[in-house]
Amino acid sequence: MHPLRKQRLFMVLFIVIFASIAVGLLSFALRENINLFYPPSKIVSGEAPIDKRIRAGGCVLPGSVNRSGDSLDLDFLVTDGRSEVMVRYSGILPDLFAEGEAVVVNGKLDGDGVFQATEVLAKHDETYTPPEVASIMESTTDEQGVEHQKTCEGLDYDS
Amino acid sequence: MAWQWFYRLGSPRWFYEKTNRWIPWLATVTALLLITGAVWALGFAPADAKQGNSYRIIYIHVPASFLALAGYYVMAIAGAIGLIWKMKLADMVMKSAAPIGAALTFMALVTGAVWGKPTWGAWWVWDARITSMLVLFFLYLGVIALQGAYQHQATADKASAILALVGTVNIPIIYKSVDWWYTLHQPATLKLTSASSIHPSMLYPLLLMIVGFYCFYALALMFYTRAEIVQRERRTAWVNELVGAAK
Repeated sequence: MHPLRKQRLFMVLFIVIFASIAVGLLSFALRENINLFYPPSKIVSGEAPIDKRIRAGGCVLPGSVNRSGDSLDLDFLVTDGRSEVMVRYSGILPDLFAEGEAVVVNGKLDGDGVFQATEVLAKHDETYTPPEVASIMESTTDEQGVEHQKTCEGLDYDS
Repeated sequence: MAWQWFYRLGSPRWFYEKTNRWIPWLATVTALLLITGAVWALGFAPADAKQGNSYRIIYIHVPASFLALAGYYVMAIAGAIGLIWKMKLADMVMKSAAPIGAALTFMALVTGAVWGKPTWGAWWVWDARITSMLVLFFLYLGVIALQGAYQHQATADKASAILALVGTVNIPIIYKSVDWWYTLHQPATLKLTSASSIHPSMLYPLLLMIVGFYCFYALALMFYTRAEIVQRERRTAWVNELVGAAK
Protein backbone atom coordinates (compact mmCIF):
# COMPACT_ATOMS: atom_id res chain seq x y z
CA MET A 1 0.00 0.00 0.00
CA HIS A 2 1.17 3.49 -0.80
CA PRO A 3 2.72 5.10 2.33
CA LEU A 4 0.44 8.13 2.07
CA ARG A 5 -2.65 5.89 1.96
CA LYS A 6 -1.31 3.86 4.83
CA GLN A 7 -0.92 7.04 6.84
CA ARG A 8 -4.50 8.06 6.06
CA LEU A 9 -5.71 4.56 6.95
CA PHE A 10 -4.09 4.90 10.38
CA MET A 11 -5.70 8.31 10.74
CA VAL A 12 -9.14 6.80 10.07
CA LEU A 13 -8.52 3.98 12.53
CA PHE A 14 -7.31 6.50 15.09
CA ILE A 15 -10.53 8.52 14.76
CA VAL A 16 -12.76 5.47 15.15
CA ILE A 17 -10.84 3.88 18.01
CA PHE A 18 -10.42 7.03 20.06
CA ALA A 19 -14.00 8.12 19.53
CA SER A 20 -15.07 4.66 20.75
CA ILE A 21 -12.87 4.88 23.84
CA ALA A 22 -14.13 8.38 24.66
CA VAL A 23 -17.78 7.43 24.32
CA GLY A 24 -17.16 4.16 26.13
CA LEU A 25 -15.68 5.94 29.15
CA LEU A 26 -18.44 8.54 29.06
CA SER A 27 -21.25 6.01 29.08
CA PHE A 28 -19.47 3.93 31.71
CA ALA A 29 -19.27 6.99 33.96
CA LEU A 30 -22.90 7.86 33.33
CA ARG A 31 -24.24 4.32 33.37
CA GLU A 32 -26.49 4.91 36.39
CA ASN A 33 -28.12 7.88 34.66
CA ILE A 34 -28.64 6.06 31.39
CA ASN A 35 -30.78 3.43 33.08
CA LEU A 36 -34.39 4.33 32.56
CA PHE A 37 -35.61 2.93 35.88
CA TYR A 38 -34.64 1.50 39.26
CA PRO A 39 -35.39 -2.17 39.89
CA PRO A 40 -37.21 -2.90 43.19
CA SER A 41 -34.11 -4.40 44.85
CA LYS A 42 -32.26 -1.08 44.46
CA ILE A 43 -35.23 0.84 45.87
CA VAL A 44 -35.47 -1.47 48.88
CA SER A 45 -31.74 -1.27 49.52
CA GLY A 46 -32.05 2.52 49.64
CA GLU A 47 -30.16 3.38 46.45
CA ALA A 48 -33.08 5.31 44.98
CA PRO A 49 -33.64 8.91 46.15
CA ILE A 50 -36.75 9.64 48.20
CA ASP A 51 -39.27 12.29 47.12
CA LYS A 52 -37.60 12.89 43.78
CA ARG A 53 -39.13 12.06 40.42
CA ILE A 54 -37.74 8.67 39.43
CA ARG A 55 -38.87 5.64 37.51
CA ALA A 56 -39.19 2.14 38.86
CA GLY A 57 -39.62 -0.98 36.80
CA GLY A 58 -40.25 -4.64 37.23
CA CYS A 59 -42.82 -7.35 36.96
CA VAL A 60 -46.34 -6.95 38.38
CA LEU A 61 -46.56 -9.68 41.02
CA PRO A 62 -49.50 -11.97 40.17
CA GLY A 63 -52.32 -11.65 42.67
CA SER A 64 -51.08 -8.36 44.07
CA VAL A 65 -53.21 -5.96 41.99
CA ASN A 66 -55.73 -4.34 44.27
CA ARG A 67 -58.33 -2.14 42.57
CA SER A 68 -60.63 0.14 44.48
CA GLY A 69 -64.30 -0.42 43.65
CA ASP A 70 -65.44 3.16 43.16
CA SER A 71 -62.44 4.98 41.66
CA LEU A 72 -59.47 4.49 39.39
CA ASP A 73 -57.15 4.00 42.37
CA LEU A 74 -55.17 0.83 42.51
CA ASP A 75 -52.06 -0.60 44.07
CA PHE A 76 -49.84 -3.49 43.15
CA LEU A 77 -46.45 -4.99 43.96
CA VAL A 78 -43.58 -4.77 41.52
CA THR A 79 -40.85 -7.39 41.79
CA ASP A 80 -37.52 -8.19 40.21
CA GLY A 81 -37.32 -11.63 41.77
CA ARG A 82 -35.46 -10.42 44.85
CA SER A 83 -37.43 -7.54 46.34
CA GLU A 84 -40.89 -6.06 46.04
CA VAL A 85 -42.09 -2.48 46.03
CA MET A 86 -45.65 -1.32 46.55
CA VAL A 87 -46.89 1.02 43.80
CA ARG A 88 -49.98 3.26 44.15
CA TYR A 89 -51.55 4.76 41.08
CA SER A 90 -54.71 6.52 40.09
CA GLY A 91 -55.56 6.71 36.42
CA ILE A 92 -56.01 4.79 33.22
CA LEU A 93 -53.72 1.83 32.63
CA PRO A 94 -52.27 0.88 29.25
CA ASP A 95 -53.95 -2.08 27.50
CA LEU A 96 -51.01 -4.37 28.06
CA PHE A 97 -50.93 -3.88 31.82
CA ALA A 98 -51.46 -7.30 33.39
CA GLU A 99 -50.30 -9.46 36.25
CA GLY A 100 -47.08 -11.21 35.37
CA GLU A 101 -46.18 -8.50 32.84
CA ALA A 102 -43.43 -5.93 33.11
CA VAL A 103 -44.16 -2.27 33.83
CA VAL A 104 -42.25 0.97 34.22
CA VAL A 105 -43.80 3.47 36.61
CA ASN A 106 -43.02 7.14 36.82
CA GLY A 107 -43.42 8.97 40.12
CA LYS A 108 -41.97 9.55 43.57
CA LEU A 109 -40.93 7.26 46.35
CA ASP A 110 -42.45 8.37 49.66
CA GLY A 111 -40.92 7.94 53.12
CA ASP A 112 -42.79 4.69 53.78
CA GLY A 113 -41.19 2.99 50.80
CA VAL A 114 -44.38 3.21 48.74
CA PHE A 115 -44.01 4.36 45.15
CA GLN A 116 -46.60 7.02 44.30
CA ALA A 117 -46.91 6.68 40.53
CA THR A 118 -48.16 9.38 38.21
CA GLU A 119 -47.71 7.32 35.06
CA VAL A 120 -47.73 3.60 34.36
CA LEU A 121 -46.12 2.28 31.18
CA ALA A 122 -46.40 -1.32 30.05
CA LYS A 123 -43.08 -2.88 29.05
CA HIS A 124 -43.99 -5.61 26.64
CA ASP A 125 -41.58 -8.46 26.04
CA GLU A 126 -39.89 -9.52 22.83
CA THR A 127 -42.03 -12.61 22.18
CA TYR A 128 -44.76 -12.73 19.58
CA THR A 129 -47.20 -15.63 19.48
CA PRO A 130 -50.54 -16.13 17.73
CA PRO A 131 -53.53 -16.39 20.17
CA GLU A 132 -54.20 -20.06 19.29
CA VAL A 133 -50.63 -21.05 20.14
CA ALA A 134 -50.73 -19.04 23.35
CA SER A 135 -53.99 -20.71 24.46
CA ILE A 136 -52.67 -24.19 23.60
CA MET A 137 -49.63 -23.52 25.76
CA GLU A 138 -51.94 -22.53 28.61
CA SER A 139 -54.32 -25.49 28.27
CA THR A 140 -51.56 -28.12 28.18
CA THR A 141 -50.30 -26.98 31.54
CA ASP A 142 -53.87 -27.24 32.80
CA GLU A 143 -54.20 -30.82 31.56
CA GLN A 144 -51.17 -31.85 33.53
CA GLY A 145 -53.04 -30.83 36.63
CA VAL A 146 -50.96 -27.75 37.19
CA GLU A 147 -53.00 -24.72 38.00
CA HIS A 148 -52.15 -22.12 35.42
CA GLN A 149 -51.01 -18.90 36.88
CA LYS A 150 -49.06 -16.09 35.34
CA THR A 151 -45.65 -15.79 36.87
CA CYS A 152 -42.82 -13.36 36.98
CA GLU A 153 -40.29 -16.07 36.28
CA GLY A 154 -37.94 -15.74 33.36
CA LEU A 155 -37.89 -11.96 33.54
CA ASP A 156 -34.29 -10.95 33.85
CA TYR A 157 -33.58 -7.51 35.24
CA ASP A 158 -30.13 -8.29 36.47
CA SER A 159 -27.99 -6.65 33.84
CA MET B 1 -1.88 -6.01 -9.29
CA ALA B 2 -4.18 -7.33 -6.63
CA TRP B 3 -5.70 -3.92 -6.14
CA GLN B 4 -6.77 -3.48 -9.75
CA TRP B 5 -10.40 -4.63 -9.30
CA PHE B 6 -10.68 -2.20 -6.41
CA TYR B 7 -9.58 0.75 -8.54
CA ARG B 8 -11.91 -0.25 -11.34
CA LEU B 9 -14.76 -0.16 -8.82
CA GLY B 10 -13.81 3.47 -8.26
CA SER B 11 -14.70 4.48 -11.80
CA PRO B 12 -18.02 6.36 -11.80
CA ARG B 13 -18.55 5.54 -15.45
CA TRP B 14 -18.09 1.83 -14.86
CA PHE B 15 -20.60 1.98 -11.98
CA TYR B 16 -23.12 3.97 -14.03
CA GLU B 17 -23.04 1.52 -16.93
CA LYS B 18 -23.17 -1.57 -14.70
CA THR B 19 -26.11 -0.30 -12.66
CA ASN B 20 -27.99 0.42 -15.88
CA ARG B 21 -28.24 -3.31 -16.28
CA TRP B 22 -28.71 -4.18 -12.60
CA ILE B 23 -31.54 -1.79 -11.81
CA PRO B 24 -34.42 -3.50 -13.71
CA TRP B 25 -33.62 -6.84 -12.05
CA LEU B 26 -33.17 -5.40 -8.61
CA ALA B 27 -36.36 -3.33 -8.92
CA THR B 28 -38.36 -6.43 -9.86
CA VAL B 29 -36.99 -8.45 -6.95
CA THR B 30 -37.60 -5.56 -4.52
CA ALA B 31 -41.20 -5.06 -5.65
CA LEU B 32 -41.92 -8.80 -5.43
CA LEU B 33 -40.41 -9.12 -1.96
CA LEU B 34 -42.10 -6.04 -0.53
CA ILE B 35 -45.53 -6.79 -2.01
CA THR B 36 -45.46 -10.47 -0.95
CA GLY B 37 -44.11 -9.56 2.45
CA ALA B 38 -46.63 -6.76 3.07
CA VAL B 39 -49.66 -8.80 1.94
CA TRP B 40 -48.53 -11.78 4.00
CA ALA B 41 -47.75 -9.65 7.02
CA LEU B 42 -50.92 -7.56 7.00
CA GLY B 43 -53.40 -10.08 5.61
CA PHE B 44 -52.32 -13.56 6.59
CA ALA B 45 -49.98 -13.51 9.57
CA PRO B 46 -51.90 -14.15 12.81
CA ALA B 47 -52.53 -11.40 15.36
CA ASP B 48 -50.41 -11.40 18.49
CA ALA B 49 -51.92 -12.97 21.62
CA LYS B 50 -51.21 -9.92 23.79
CA GLN B 51 -50.86 -6.96 21.47
CA GLY B 52 -53.50 -7.89 18.93
CA ASN B 53 -53.10 -6.31 15.54
CA SER B 54 -50.95 -3.40 16.65
CA TYR B 55 -47.85 -5.62 16.65
CA ARG B 56 -48.00 -5.64 12.84
CA ILE B 57 -46.10 -2.40 12.82
CA ILE B 58 -42.94 -4.49 13.35
CA TYR B 59 -43.13 -5.36 9.66
CA ILE B 60 -42.15 -1.75 8.91
CA HIS B 61 -40.44 -0.77 12.15
CA VAL B 62 -37.92 -3.61 12.35
CA PRO B 63 -36.70 -3.57 8.70
CA ALA B 64 -36.48 0.25 8.72
CA SER B 65 -34.40 0.18 11.92
CA PHE B 66 -32.14 -2.58 10.55
CA LEU B 67 -31.41 -0.56 7.44
CA ALA B 68 -30.99 2.67 9.38
CA LEU B 69 -28.12 0.99 11.26
CA ALA B 70 -26.67 -1.00 8.34
CA GLY B 71 -26.93 2.08 6.11
CA TYR B 72 -24.84 4.03 8.56
CA TYR B 73 -22.00 1.53 8.16
CA VAL B 74 -22.36 1.81 4.37
CA MET B 75 -22.00 5.58 4.70
CA ALA B 76 -19.07 5.46 7.14
CA ILE B 77 -17.14 2.78 5.24
CA ALA B 78 -17.65 4.67 1.97
CA GLY B 79 -16.43 7.79 3.77
CA ALA B 80 -13.33 5.95 5.03
CA ILE B 81 -12.54 4.64 1.54
CA GLY B 82 -12.97 8.16 0.19
CA LEU B 83 -10.61 9.54 2.81
CA ILE B 84 -7.91 6.90 2.39
CA TRP B 85 -7.94 6.17 -1.34
CA LYS B 86 -9.45 9.48 -2.54
CA MET B 87 -11.93 7.43 -4.54
CA LYS B 88 -14.52 9.62 -6.23
CA LEU B 89 -17.23 6.98 -6.29
CA ALA B 90 -16.89 6.32 -2.54
CA ASP B 91 -17.47 9.99 -1.79
CA MET B 92 -20.57 9.96 -3.95
CA VAL B 93 -21.90 6.83 -2.23
CA MET B 94 -21.32 8.44 1.16
CA LYS B 95 -23.25 11.54 0.17
CA SER B 96 -26.07 9.43 -1.29
CA ALA B 97 -26.38 7.19 1.76
CA ALA B 98 -27.12 10.10 4.12
CA PRO B 99 -30.64 11.12 2.99
CA ILE B 100 -31.74 7.48 2.61
CA GLY B 101 -30.48 6.64 6.07
CA ALA B 102 -32.09 9.73 7.56
CA ALA B 103 -35.43 8.81 5.99
CA LEU B 104 -35.24 5.25 7.33
CA THR B 105 -34.27 6.43 10.82
CA PHE B 106 -37.16 8.86 10.79
CA MET B 107 -39.46 6.04 9.71
CA ALA B 108 -38.22 3.85 12.56
CA LEU B 109 -38.76 6.64 15.10
CA VAL B 110 -42.26 7.50 13.87
CA THR B 111 -43.48 3.90 13.62
CA GLY B 112 -41.98 3.27 17.06
CA ALA B 113 -43.91 6.20 18.52
CA VAL B 114 -47.14 5.01 16.89
CA TRP B 115 -46.52 1.56 18.30
CA GLY B 116 -45.52 2.86 21.72
CA LYS B 117 -48.79 4.68 22.32
CA PRO B 118 -51.05 1.59 22.39
CA THR B 119 -48.52 -0.86 23.86
CA TRP B 120 -46.56 1.18 26.42
CA GLY B 121 -48.99 4.01 26.95
CA ALA B 122 -46.58 6.74 25.79
CA TRP B 123 -45.53 8.17 22.44
CA TRP B 124 -42.00 8.89 23.55
CA VAL B 125 -39.80 7.83 26.45
CA TRP B 126 -36.20 8.95 26.89
CA ASP B 127 -34.79 5.48 27.26
CA ALA B 128 -31.36 4.47 25.94
CA ARG B 129 -32.58 2.80 22.75
CA ILE B 130 -34.87 5.58 21.64
CA THR B 131 -32.48 8.37 22.55
CA SER B 132 -29.53 6.76 20.78
CA MET B 133 -31.74 6.28 17.72
CA LEU B 134 -32.55 10.00 17.82
CA VAL B 135 -28.79 10.71 17.95
CA LEU B 136 -28.41 8.55 14.83
CA PHE B 137 -31.01 10.69 13.09
CA PHE B 138 -29.07 13.84 14.00
CA LEU B 139 -25.82 12.26 12.76
CA TYR B 140 -27.42 11.65 9.39
CA LEU B 141 -28.73 15.22 9.34
CA GLY B 142 -25.23 16.42 10.29
CA VAL B 143 -23.69 14.66 7.28
CA ILE B 144 -26.36 16.17 5.00
CA ALA B 145 -25.73 19.62 6.49
CA LEU B 146 -21.92 19.34 6.15
CA GLN B 147 -22.32 18.32 2.52
CA GLY B 148 -24.08 21.59 1.89
CA ALA B 149 -21.87 23.76 4.08
CA TYR B 150 -18.73 24.02 1.90
CA GLN B 151 -17.98 25.66 -1.42
CA HIS B 152 -15.61 22.90 -2.42
CA GLN B 153 -16.95 19.39 -2.77
CA ALA B 154 -13.63 17.85 -1.69
CA THR B 155 -13.71 19.73 1.64
CA ALA B 156 -17.35 18.79 2.17
CA ASP B 157 -16.58 15.12 1.52
CA LYS B 158 -13.66 15.13 3.94
CA ALA B 159 -15.63 16.86 6.72
CA SER B 160 -18.68 14.64 6.40
CA ALA B 161 -16.56 11.48 6.19
CA ILE B 162 -14.93 12.36 9.51
CA LEU B 163 -18.32 13.02 11.11
CA ALA B 164 -19.62 9.73 9.72
CA LEU B 165 -16.60 7.87 11.14
CA VAL B 166 -16.92 9.41 14.60
CA GLY B 167 -20.63 8.57 14.56
CA THR B 168 -20.01 4.83 14.02
CA VAL B 169 -19.53 4.63 17.79
CA ASN B 170 -23.26 5.07 18.12
CA ILE B 171 -24.20 1.97 16.12
CA PRO B 172 -23.14 -0.73 18.63
CA ILE B 173 -24.60 1.47 21.38
CA ILE B 174 -28.00 1.46 19.69
CA TYR B 175 -27.76 -2.25 19.04
CA LYS B 176 -26.74 -3.24 22.57
CA SER B 177 -28.60 -0.49 24.51
CA VAL B 178 -31.47 -2.81 25.44
CA ASP B 179 -29.02 -5.28 27.00
CA TRP B 180 -26.65 -2.84 28.70
CA TRP B 181 -29.21 -0.63 30.44
CA TYR B 182 -32.72 -0.86 31.82
CA THR B 183 -34.91 0.37 28.98
CA LEU B 184 -38.60 0.41 28.20
CA HIS B 185 -37.83 -0.90 24.73
CA GLN B 186 -37.93 -4.69 24.65
CA PRO B 187 -34.74 -6.67 23.85
CA ALA B 188 -34.09 -8.09 20.41
CA THR B 189 -36.56 -10.65 19.07
CA LEU B 190 -34.44 -11.85 16.17
CA LYS B 191 -31.25 -13.41 17.45
CA LEU B 192 -28.31 -14.69 15.50
CA THR B 193 -27.08 -17.22 18.01
CA SER B 194 -30.28 -18.65 19.50
CA ALA B 195 -33.89 -19.27 18.48
CA SER B 196 -35.92 -16.15 17.76
CA SER B 197 -38.74 -15.45 20.20
CA ILE B 198 -41.34 -15.03 17.49
CA HIS B 199 -43.66 -17.68 16.11
CA PRO B 200 -42.62 -18.93 12.61
CA SER B 201 -45.96 -17.86 11.11
CA MET B 202 -45.07 -14.28 12.03
CA LEU B 203 -41.35 -14.62 11.40
CA TYR B 204 -41.37 -15.55 7.70
CA PRO B 205 -43.17 -12.41 6.47
CA LEU B 206 -40.84 -10.37 8.68
CA LEU B 207 -37.77 -11.95 7.07
CA LEU B 208 -39.26 -11.26 3.62
CA MET B 209 -39.76 -7.63 4.57
CA ILE B 210 -36.20 -7.34 5.90
CA VAL B 211 -34.69 -8.79 2.71
CA GLY B 212 -37.05 -6.57 0.71
CA PHE B 213 -35.86 -3.50 2.61
CA TYR B 214 -32.23 -4.45 1.98
CA CYS B 215 -32.94 -4.67 -1.75
CA PHE B 216 -34.87 -1.40 -1.61
CA TYR B 217 -31.93 0.24 0.14
CA ALA B 218 -29.50 -0.97 -2.53
CA LEU B 219 -31.84 0.29 -5.23
CA ALA B 220 -32.31 3.71 -3.63
CA LEU B 221 -28.55 4.01 -3.10
CA MET B 222 -27.94 3.24 -6.79
CA PHE B 223 -30.43 5.86 -7.92
CA TYR B 224 -29.03 8.55 -5.63
CA THR B 225 -25.43 7.69 -6.57
CA ARG B 226 -26.22 7.75 -10.30
CA ALA B 227 -27.76 11.19 -9.96
CA GLU B 228 -24.66 12.30 -8.04
CA ILE B 229 -22.36 10.85 -10.74
CA VAL B 230 -24.11 12.76 -13.49
CA GLN B 231 -23.97 15.92 -11.39
CA ARG B 232 -20.27 15.69 -10.49
CA GLU B 233 -19.01 14.27 -13.80
CA ARG B 234 -20.97 16.73 -15.91
CA ARG B 235 -17.82 18.03 -17.59
CA THR B 236 -16.69 14.61 -18.85
CA ALA B 237 -17.23 13.52 -22.40
CA TRP B 238 -19.22 10.40 -21.57
CA VAL B 239 -21.79 12.27 -19.46
CA ASN B 240 -22.20 14.89 -22.16
CA GLU B 241 -22.73 12.12 -24.67
CA LEU B 242 -25.25 10.49 -22.34
CA VAL B 243 -27.19 13.69 -21.79
CA GLY B 244 -26.96 14.53 -25.49
CA ALA B 245 -28.40 11.14 -26.40
CA ALA B 246 -31.28 11.62 -23.97
CA LYS B 247 -32.29 14.95 -25.50
